[in-house]
Amino acid sequence: MTAATSTIFVNIGERTNVTGSAKFRKLIAEGDYTAALSVARQQVEAGAQIIDVNMDEGLLDSEAAMVKFLNLIAAEPDISRVPIMIDSSKWTVIESGLQCVQGKAIVNSISMKAGEAEFLAQARACLRYGAAVVVMAFDELGQADTVKRKVEICQRAYRLLTEEIDFPPEDIIFDPNIFAVATGIEEHNRYALDFIEATAEIKRSLPFARVSGGVSNVSFSFRGNEPVRRAIHGVFLYHAIRAGMDMGIVNAGDLPVYDDIPAELRDAVEDVILNRRADATERLVDLAPKYKGDKAEARVVDLKWRDAPVAERLAHALIHGITDYIIEDTEAARQTVARPLHVIEGPLMDGMGRVGDLFGAGKMFLPQVVKSARVMKQAVGYLLPYMEAEKAGEAREPAGRIIMATVKGDVHDIGKNIVGVVLQCNNYEVIDLGVMVPADRILDAAVEHRAHAIGLSGLITPSLDEMVFVAAEMQRRGMDIPLLIGGATTSKTHTAVKIAPAYPAGATTYVLDASRAVGVVSQLLSPETAASTRAETEAEYARVREQFARGQDKRPRTAIAEARANRIPIDWASYTPPKPSFLGLKRFDAFDLQTLADTIDWSPFFQSWDLVGRYPDILQDDVVGEAARALWADAQPLLERIIAERRFTARGVVGFWPAQSVGDDIAVYADESRTTEIGRLHTLRQQMDKTGGRANAALSDFIAPSGGPADYVGGFAVTAGHGEADFARSFREAGDDYSAIIVAALADRLAEAFAERLHLEVRRAFWGYAPDEALSLEDLLAERYRGIRPAAGYPAQPDHTEKATLFRLLDATAQTGITLTESYAMSPAAAVSGLYFSHPEAHYFGVGRIDRDQVQDYAQRKGWTMAEAERWLAPILAY
Amino acid sequence: MTAPMTRQDRIAALKAAARERILVLDGAWGVMIQREGLSEEDFRGTAFAQHNHPQKGNNDLLCLTRPDIVTQLHDAYYAAGADISETNTFSSTVIGEADYGMEDQVVALNHAAAKLGRESADRWTARDPSKPRFLAGSIGPLNRTLSISPDVNDPGARAVSFAQVYEAYKQQARALHEGGVDLFLIETIFDTLNAKAAIKAVMDLADEGLEPLPIWISGTITDRSGRTLSGQTVEAFWASVKHAKPFAVGLNCALGAELMRPHIAELSRIADTLVSAYPNAGLPNAFGQYDETPHETACFIHEWAESGLVNIVGGCCGTTPEHIAHIARSVAGKPPRVPPERPRALRLSGLEPFELA
Repeated sequence: MTAATSTIFVNIGERTNVTGSAKFRKLIAEGDYTAALSVARQQVEAGAQIIDVNMDEGLLDSEAAMVKFLNLIAAEPDISRVPIMIDSSKWTVIESGLQCVQGKAIVNSISMKAGEAEFLAQARACLRYGAAVVVMAFDELGQADTVKRKVEICQRAYRLLTEEIDFPPEDIIFDPNIFAVATGIEEHNRYALDFIEATAEIKRSLPFARVSGGVSNVSFSFRGNEPVRRAIHGVFLYHAIRAGMDMGIVNAGDLPVYDDIPAELRDAVEDVILNRRADATERLVDLAPKYKGDKAEARVVDLKWRDAPVAERLAHALIHGITDYIIEDTEAARQTVARPLHVIEGPLMDGMGRVGDLFGAGKMFLPQVVKSARVMKQAVGYLLPYMEAEKAGEAREPAGRIIMATVKGDVHDIGKNIVGVVLQCNNYEVIDLGVMVPADRILDAAVEHRAHAIGLSGLITPSLDEMVFVAAEMQRRGMDIPLLIGGATTSKTHTAVKIAPAYPAGATTYVLDASRAVGVVSQLLSPETAASTRAETEAEYARVREQFARGQDKRPRTAIAEARANRIPIDWASYTPPKPSFLGLKRFDAFDLQTLADTIDWSPFFQSWDLVGRYPDILQDDVVGEAARALWADAQPLLERIIAERRFTARGVVGFWPAQSVGDDIAVYADESRTTEIGRLHTLRQQMDKTGGRANAALSDFIAPSGGPADYVGGFAVTAGHGEADFARSFREAGDDYSAIIVAALADRLAEAFAERLHLEVRRAFWGYAPDEALSLEDLLAERYRGIRPAAGYPAQPDHTEKATLFRLLDATAQTGITLTESYAMSPAAAVSGLYFSHPEAHYFGVGRIDRDQVQDYAQRKGWTMAEAERWLAPILAY
Repeated sequence: MTAPMTRQDRIAALKAAARERILVLDGAWGVMIQREGLSEEDFRGTAFAQHNHPQKGNNDLLCLTRPDIVTQLHDAYYAAGADISETNTFSSTVIGEADYGMEDQVVALNHAAAKLGRESADRWTARDPSKPRFLAGSIGPLNRTLSISPDVNDPGARAVSFAQVYEAYKQQARALHEGGVDLFLIETIFDTLNAKAAIKAVMDLADEGLEPLPIWISGTITDRSGRTLSGQTVEAFWASVKHAKPFAVGLNCALGAELMRPHIAELSRIADTLVSAYPNAGLPNAFGQYDETPHETACFIHEWAESGLVNIVGGCCGTTPEHIAHIARSVAGKPPRVPPERPRALRLSGLEPFELA
């Protein structure tokens, strides 16, 4: 058996103890609690089942340090998941600690050194705080050092506790004192054996009680010789555990394995521990130097990488996204090179290169890469002052400088930010102009910074037009640098057909997702491959244009008049539309975020990180499962913070109005008299050839026509994005783009959940046509319910400008704080708006491409010129 | 006519009743008070007409200003079949009443609440001595929490100290004790450390010479994750509060019966004391209202009783006397859960449980 792997022995982490760890003491004395928490975290990761916290240091305000550290631990679920051992020789410090832990802790320690009365008073307090206790073998006469005294004191304490104050025996843990052996003083030779023998007797005679001890004391005389100390710990534990020792305060990351100790050393140590020969100490002292240089091999795998050369450590930290040691490793690397810049150009870029390779090979995934970037940023941030101090320190030459922006009228930037981070990881300098950036600012910035390329992003369809405009402006201003196009509504076809032709002077390339960005950029910027890459892309786009043109010619369309005649047939005469429970508006100022969080549809969250799969199956996916789980684990605490700290405010408005359809429009009335029209919703009709009796749908088909039964339409606008920008910025400013992007993605998810939730309320209560609806979350996400909530800008109504009418009817900006940009994007970006239709036959559909006759008709209805209509409907024009 | 029961008689009767049947607690107070449609003036009454804080929504204040409504609610719940009703003191601490500027009324509020509840309970007991009625002193959570920082930039900060929470609870518990409650109900616990302060406060009353009363502890699992707001699992929570040697431990609020079931089942498995459950009437709709019908709630609870999960049942947010009447009928005649004997073991907890068997 081995001490480290024994299933019954409880490891209590000792590194968060100022008396045991010089490093931890220094961190606490300097007030570096972040690093101190990191120590605690490492202990738990390394397998500590309990962590011992001790702040007994003469120069510290121990009480204040205990309170602060325990309060901070409470905010770290990965640490506070384990119980705390509150360790102090001062009762006031212990009591302060007990007032900071919600879990059931262990008090370490109380004893009879000041008499029975104080002992019992402290034990009674522990009972009322709800803590187990470590009782030290210590009485009025002093600390017990022989087997006899140890056992006697523990038996007396046990009797007092269980008989006088009914203390549960299972909550009593004895510490029969581990003292140093091999000190050269003969009386000390039996100390280890005394502990072991006392342990056996305590366990035998005191039912349910436990035995613990501070293991590192035993090897104190070999300070400075870690391998020998570890061997002593290994041998001591081996025997103590067999005698019944249940737990020990140990370096959880560094527990020795008895069987791995070289036989020669093990025998010598065993002689000392078991006091087997008179010269045991001398023999071990003689042998010890031989093992001193022996580096710790039996460390847990987690920390093995710390032994590698610094460059390898940096690479490991980058690949695994570990920030714990990055400053110390960066400093170590800096010491080895002539200029701080060389650290970046050498080991850090090499490490990022490996990240890039692994990513390219599909062995790492986007969230992991963004975490790598976080590590990189910290390292570079540490080096910056040194580089600035170097007078000659010119900025490092990046592989290229790229301007990135979300175009005018659009506010969506999650994808753009991910691409930015990935490019930065690969040594590109990214100048991110943010969202809603007009063309001239983009181009001015490109000129000013001598950019090597421009990347444009957009999510809503009007942005496509704006991108064409930016491309045309680049052409007009005589630019020739590559233009990259990305974002949810962009496509290779649109890029090839509309954007590239506007900018013949430069290479225009569509970037499918963030993982492609680096490849595209490096090929376009490398002198060796730039020309050939551009030629290949242009040839490909020419083919795409041809295909597109062919497709255009052949696709048969139905004339709008015919399509209208083939509307969705609904028998209005035999149908009475349900009446909403109220007419007018209902506002929600701060909808409960937890409620929304519970119903989030997570699959799109993973999609936003290019991780494809359905939640929750994705977490177990063979390929992306690991990355998905890590992302999921990183997102949950952020979501919890968002909720607990009310980081976001979910605001929304719902409205219902009397309405009748008029042709392909929906007239919205002020009241039931249906005389005053307060708005007109325009809808578009499918013009694809329909066969087999299928209808050419328009949303207006779901509303009873003027003259038919009294009908209603609803509308809504919701956002969970208020507060998102500030919260994300707080991470970004700390160099943590990873968390910033997660925060933005969570805001999107919450907004969607909000829309879903309100729709449910609409069906069940507000409109109330399905009061008994009881669907599972799965059914809800699969939209197995009556009624729809189509949004402008989506397939059933691709015209974004319809949001203006909806917003006016809802008074949405005043009610919810959501504004519309000139391209009719909603700001904050984490927002959803749409209409409600209640008819049982209402369903989602895609309008598809429409013909000139409908565009003309629509332009007339909207009061547009034909050019305006063609601009807004550009993505769906069939001609 | 027999002599009125002493408190010790009532406690003995409570424990005896719990061995024989599933006991029924009352339902929500908030929703019932809302139904009264009270105005700011109703809340203030004449005594606080000039008070400088708005009082509408200070439900506990009604013990002083509209005792008729409080009595009527106790009566309604006892009439519905509740064995136990709670004092209207969910927020009657100096911390809870600070929002209303009523800190100086805390003792009066608890006294009045206990008195009203006591009178009603005794009246119902007198009417049918075979079914004695009990009064639990409600000790609610606070709007300030000991485990969570109010300042995101300083996770170590706390809006309140343990000593403040402890003192607030101790004052409330002492006043409830003086007012005549039969037991304490520390409820809707979303931060276990706050509850631990309350437990210590209640236990420490013995040092003042007050006779110990049974303690009943009810935590709140805030969502499907199965954790309290402060992050503990059910089992970790139980390890944290077991030292109170509670008469009963359970869960209430946040979830409806359907979603609460797995957590109650878990608690039922591990708690070697009585287990209670008083869920909300389902989940709130967008108005913050609860839609679950009395029949629906009772169906869930009926199944819990059939499965031997519970000893005490009742209702939390959104439940009404009608819910309680249905619940009482659904568990009538069902045998109560038999608490398991658990082997002695060192059981600790952080956010998660630890056991050394």
